Amino acid sequence: MSDAIVVQDSTNQPVAFTQDELGWLPWLEPLVEAELTERHWAGLVDRSRAKSDYFRLLARDPEILEARTKTDKDIFYNTADGLPRAERELAAAATSRYNGCIYCASVHARFATVHSKRRDDVQRLLDEGVGADLGERWNAVVSASVALASTPIAFGERHIEELRRVGLDDAEIVDVINSAAFFNWANRLMLSLGEPTTLVGK
Amino acid sequence: MMSTATRDIIDLLAGIEPGSSLDGIRARRLQARENAQKSYLALFAPVDFGDVAAIERYAVAAFVAGIHDEPAATGFYLAKLAKIADRSELVEILKGEIERAKTEGPYGAFPAGPLAVEDKAGLIYRVAPDGRRVLCERLAAALEHAHLLVFRPRDAAPNAMRALLAAGWSSTAIVTLSQLVAFLSFQVRTVAGLRTLGASLGRHADAAAKAGQGAN
Repeated sequence: MSDAIVVQDSTNQPVAFTQDELGWLPWLEPLVEAELTERHWAGLVDRSRAKSDYFRLLARDPEILEARTKTDKDIFYNTADGLPRAERELAAAATSRYNGCIYCASVHARFATVHSKRRDDVQRLLDEGVGADLGERWNAVVSASVALASTPIAFGERHIEELRRVGLDDAEIVDVINSAAFFNWANRLMLSLGEPTTLVGK
Repeated sequence: MMSTATRDIIDLLAGIEPGSSLDGIRARRLQARENAQKSYLALFAPVDFGDVAAIERYAVAAFVAGIHDEPAATGFYLAKLAKIADRSELVEILKGEIERAKTEGPYGAFPAGPLAVEDKAGLIYRVAPDGRRVLCERLAAALEHAHLLVFRPRDAAPNAMRALLAAGWSSTAIVTLSQLVAFLSFQVRTVAGLRTLGASLGRHADAAAKAGQGAN
């Protein structure tokens, strides 16, 4: 039974990018919380993640989940030196907007707003897309993220020069590269293993 | 400045030397650096290969790097594949499929509604009949799924899961396959970004050295 599609009711699927909180519904069966072993718990990293269908589905391969989660946390939450959190979240939101991940974009657009207090600019990124004019510093971060998300990869020296011109040092540029590159990982998992859903009553 | 003792796979593919400025910057995100490497090991030297064989992992990795047109990573994974391939024609067929599968992304359709104006059509890749015969149905299905995830991830739908299940992929194997393609999408971009930055730092350092000589 576990190797079958989980059919979801797509009635409440969001049709536009939003900063509202969304739900996520898996297309394959997540593991059952009561049946998780120590190996699975290690993969989840935070025990609270066992409440999430997404993480219990990824826990089917616990070692890659654990390494993925720890990579993610350091790239986004290690704020010792480097790029401000808001701009790491901007890179994540821009990448998600460009790749078309409505769920990822909602989460990281919210975080970008919380850390930057620039809700309207973040909303313009979602509404107008990655060509929105958000001021030269944010434009440089968005443009670098988009070039990196393109296939073949279009990121080049001119993106680095532009990031330098708007004031980023080399370590901050590495944070842009890491944040944007990581969301090419996250987007592909969220988009392909399930679908977003609007939370009724929100 | 901090630096790290051993080169990892990203250093290797991006040409980052121990003790270089970029090595020092990477050392400031040590947990990310170590876990990008652990991710690579979890996928290619796992505690348990489960129901995704090593040969399938390397074939998919070489295909994903290849369709990104990233020569260093493609060469790396093709060489790993060639070492363990039981059939010599496998590598040649895969190289041919990589060329057939190359295009420009991302593209695909959004849910019906206001975003439909951004829908963008593009190649729906299917393995050629000759390739199918050599790769077998299971690996062919994996390459088609990898192409979907790389170029048009927003087109992903339950039918893509059905195609994999029908080709013999279990739910757990699909999770591993998805992680593999998604991780490679991250790895090639990290490598490309750092390699570009490293080249630019080299030129900066040369310019600074010249300026220094001029001042003497």
